[in-house]
Amino acid sequence: MKRVELIDVSKSYDKQVDVISNINVTIEPGEFFVLVGPSGCGKSTMLRMIAGLEEITGGTLKIGEKVANNLSPDKRDLSMVFQNYALYPHLSVQQNITFGLDVKKMKKEEQRKKANEVAEMLGLTEYLDRKPRELSGGQRQRVALARAIVSETPICLMDEPLSNLDAKLRAHMRSEIRRIQRSLGITMIYVTHDQVEAMTMGDRIMILHEGKIQQIGKPIDIYNYPANPFVATFIGSPPMNLAKAEFNPSTSELVIADELRLPVPIDEIGKLPRTSMTVGVRPENLYPITPETKAEDVFHVEVTNVEILGNETVFSFKLGGEEWMAKWSGQWHIDIGDRMPVRMEFESLSIFDEQSGELIKGTIDYGKYVKQQKVSP
Amino acid sequence: MTRIGRVWRKSVDGRTAALYLLPSIILFSVFVFYPMFRTIYLSFFLTDQTGNAAIMVGFENFVYLLGSSEFQNSMKATGLFVLYTVPITIILALFFALLANEKLKGIGFFRTMYSSTMGISVAASSVIWLFMFNPSIGMFNRLLGVLNLPQIQWLLDPEWALLSVSISTIWMNIGFSFLILLGGLQNIDEHLYESSRIDGAGYFYRLRRITLPMLSPTLFFIITISLINAFQTFGQIDILTKGGPSQSTNLIVYSIYREAFINYQFGTASAQAVILFLIILIVTILQFKLGERKVHYQ
Repeated sequence: MKRVELIDVSKSYDKQVDVISNINVTIEPGEFFVLVGPSGCGKSTMLRMIAGLEEITGGTLKIGEKVANNLSPDKRDLSMVFQNYALYPHLSVQQNITFGLDVKKMKKEEQRKKANEVAEMLGLTEYLDRKPRELSGGQRQRVALARAIVSETPICLMDEPLSNLDAKLRAHMRSEIRRIQRSLGITMIYVTHDQVEAMTMGDRIMILHEGKIQQIGKPIDIYNYPANPFVATFIGSPPMNLAKAEFNPSTSELVIADELRLPVPIDEIGKLPRTSMTVGVRPENLYPITPETKAEDVFHVEVTNVEILGNETVFSFKLGGEEWMAKWSGQWHIDIGDRMPVRMEFESLSIFDEQSGELIKGTIDYGKYVKQQKVSP
Repeated sequence: MTRIGRVWRKSVDGRTAALYLLPSIILFSVFVFYPMFRTIYLSFFLTDQTGNAAIMVGFENFVYLLGSSEFQNSMKATGLFVLYTVPITIILALFFALLANEKLKGIGFFRTMYSSTMGISVAASSVIWLFMFNPSIGMFNRLLGVLNLPQIQWLLDPEWALLSVSISTIWMNIGFSFLILLGGLQNIDEHLYESSRIDGAGYFYRLRRITLPMLSPTLFFIITISLINAFQTFGQIDILTKGGPSQSTNLIVYSIYREAFINYQFGTASAQAVILFLIILIVTILQFKLGERKVHYQ
């Protein structure tokens, strides 16, 4: 277990344009830290800088308490799993797993013992004598994982390790990697472009976009309080619906995309900007109406697409030129072209400053507890 | 009639395949199969001046050749030539390819230079070497003179001639081997090296455990091609030494040429060609049998 600290780290290839800039983050010992962002955002480059495979052109990288900027990769006490696994095709699974141990001139006997232990942990025992090409994608992935584990380094880096697997196997390996990380207590830095992986695996996640940090935090906090519209649409599936809105002081209503009018509670008015703003609402916060719904909270939309996922129904509609989506739990029989009544609450809106994109008002906490938090006397 | 119709219909795939193969079958027949069978046919005959079969002699041509000291000498020279050129060419080419595979500024220039000998014809480069080997005005003897070393009759001394031809051949062949090996090196997944760097593997460890095994199919290919090439060397012999002095560089293909087009003995020339064919065949089969076990195809 070791801490990894990045202080004002930046990277440029031509000494003019920074592809990564102002990275300040401390990854705690034993933490599962996920770097997530769209492709080309610099997340892999950042990981490779931590690994020592790319030069750091600005700032300081500390591993443990030591400055590691110019340490060679093998002196950084870390292991890495590559996207294409980087298995040696000419070596058997066992030799692949023990490659790093052999480099360190460990005794053959001990190498074999360790390889067997790790193979057992990952269910690879019967494949030890095979070549990588004789394995399935999932098994290769495990070999790559075994190679990282057997080195017993305190830090493990993973670069999109699950992107070559099919959906089912990916879901399985997600929990497996998480389990292994917990039981070994290693510090994990995990790169992915898949927000589901980020949400489900990370203790904390960092969202990168165009080489800049957008937000760092616990997955659920990022989901509830996205720092800007980019994060709001990147995290969550389907993404948060966004639209331009203006506050009308005379009626104290929020006018969304010139179409919807939503009354604003009196104590919230002061917090709203005088000018226009961007509002966002998660698809699951667009509700079906109930008999108790007040008429002024309801608006009608024309359905443009419907997806029934078994236990939930997602339908889309146009609002202010943007496609919005609503997610209702249960199976709803909706046809394209139907006019649907939809209810929206001011509480569940996220409001962003139009210029800076900063979050002005977040949604309320919808979290539920199994046990009551406060025990009544 | 119906039976023929059925066979005709059933063989539609075969006929389509034959049609696709036709162009290469025609080309191969004209330039490879016909000359090959003609050579085998001629090797059993004595011929007249124009190369037509005259008297059928059976295996006598072969018996004569195997007993002839001239042919034995030619075989020995060929064997030595192969031993001198093939290993050194490949080791040097591999060394240069490893150097040129590093990511350095201006490496493209070196890559072009190292592979440039591929672009020079055997005739042209042989003439250049002919000048360099010249005993009085050649660069090598000048150099020896400057260093106060005794002069060498590069192409005129029977002790040195084969070595001199080998040196120039190595130089000529390096370009091609270099290019093939460099291509093989660049095909190796960069991630394998990155992964091993994280494990702390040094340069020679990586060379031994990653580069060479991953390069083995390419190495195997280039060794096979170089062996066959070395057995078939002709151009540089014709220009540099004409088989001399005292037969010391009379390699087998040159000997075939002399037998056929100077002595007009097409029968024995064909017999030599058949023997050369068998030798190359056996060497290649042996190489596949022994070498393939050590080759890792992906």
